[in-house]
Amino acid sequence: MTRVHDMGGRYGDGKINPDLGKEDVFKAKWHARALAVTLASGSLKKWNLDMSRHARECLPPKEYATFSYYEKWISALANLLVEKGVINSDKFLDPSVNDHPLSNRKLKAADVSEVLGKGAPTSRKIERAPRFIVGQNVKTKRAENSFISGGHTRLPRYAEKSEGIIEICHGAHVFPDTHAHNLGEQPEHLYTVSFLSSELWQNPENPGDTVCVDIWESYLEPFDD
Amino acid sequence: MPHDIENHSHSLLPSEPELKVKAIESALVNQGLIDPAALDEIIDTYQNKIGPKNGASIIAKAWIDQDFKDELMSNTMAVLEKYGFYGRQGEHIRVVENTPEVHNIVVCTLCSCYPWPLLGIPPTWYKSDEYRSRVVREPRKCLSEFGVKLPENTNIRVWDSTAEIRYLVLPMLPDAFKGFSEQELVGIVSRDAMIGTGLIGPAK
Repeated sequence: MTRVHDMGGRYGDGKINPDLGKEDVFKAKWHARALAVTLASGSLKKWNLDMSRHARECLPPKEYATFSYYEKWISALANLLVEKGVINSDKFLDPSVNDHPLSNRKLKAADVSEVLGKGAPTSRKIERAPRFIVGQNVKTKRAENSFISGGHTRLPRYAEKSEGIIEICHGAHVFPDTHAHNLGEQPEHLYTVSFLSSELWQNPENPGDTVCVDIWESYLEPFDD
Repeated sequence: MPHDIENHSHSLLPSEPELKVKAIESALVNQGLIDPAALDEIIDTYQNKIGPKNGASIIAKAWIDQDFKDELMSNTMAVLEKYGFYGRQGEHIRVVENTPEVHNIVVCTLCSCYPWPLLGIPPTWYKSDEYRSRVVREPRKCLSEFGVKLPENTNIRVWDSTAEIRYLVLPMLPDAFKGFSEQELVGIVSRDAMIGTGLIGPAK
């Protein structure tokens, strides 16, 4: 079982509004602040990208469904700041000025361009050879974190227990299922797997269409026709 | 071990999102954890410096220069780094090419992954439940909402960005634009065409 964010294939959502792409980059000033505060807080190094994704996914489904995009970001950020011990929840509205022990990690304006430009590559070198090769038939396992119940995972539910074909081997990448939970990077080989629409959906629009999903090795098992 | 974070912070923060951001920002500034000038710099970067024109310049060059295109397809990161289009949310980019046989569309059903250094911050529709939930199951219906209709015999390939690989669509260049300069071509590459929800319009 996954969480509310895992909505691929879900029924009930209405039409897409392409006009929402014609707006300014930040529709409101607070959207820009929400993005910037979230990114800058990352420099405190108290969590990683997988943890921040998981914090958003852990918002209660009712909130996730009704919050706007950046509302999810800041609510998750507030939870992370408290959960990771950066700020006590009762300090959010405390105007007193303190020198926090982490303040030496504060992102300086002069370093922004370098930090954003450097990114955080997730590729890693590992000794273990890839288990699968391009063209091989594979089957996905259940879409669920196998270490932590309700934990972070990146296999969408619509693609669980489905047969597909290895399209691309990307080399090893940090494993989100452990990385999101302080269990280390545990890099694994990552693959792009293609699934025929007829494998994923009862009534596909076109049987020749495919969906490609990036999938870590331990989400897969070999499958022979 | 179940993993559910309690809603520890919410009850103490204002529920109005604009006020909530303000409260968080003030608290972090007061404690010396963020620098408001750094926030301004981040906002300036994504508001003014990084956007779809980056991706468009790469696409236009790929259309007119076959050697560049070959290098872009096979050695993507080296090419993008050379042009300075590297960074956060663009550490591992793949370019996927549209052909008469296959049309590519990019989505992130689980969150909002997107090639920031090439396209900037994703548009609101890309982050919407409607797009995330439906485009993997009914891509043709979704495309029709963007005014796009593909030939019956073109197969669709939807790329769900579930890892840290980011995808950029190389759209097809209609014959009517053959002979245009690189500079002119940059102007016709829409952001949506590089996501796969748009096509390159007819030459006027």
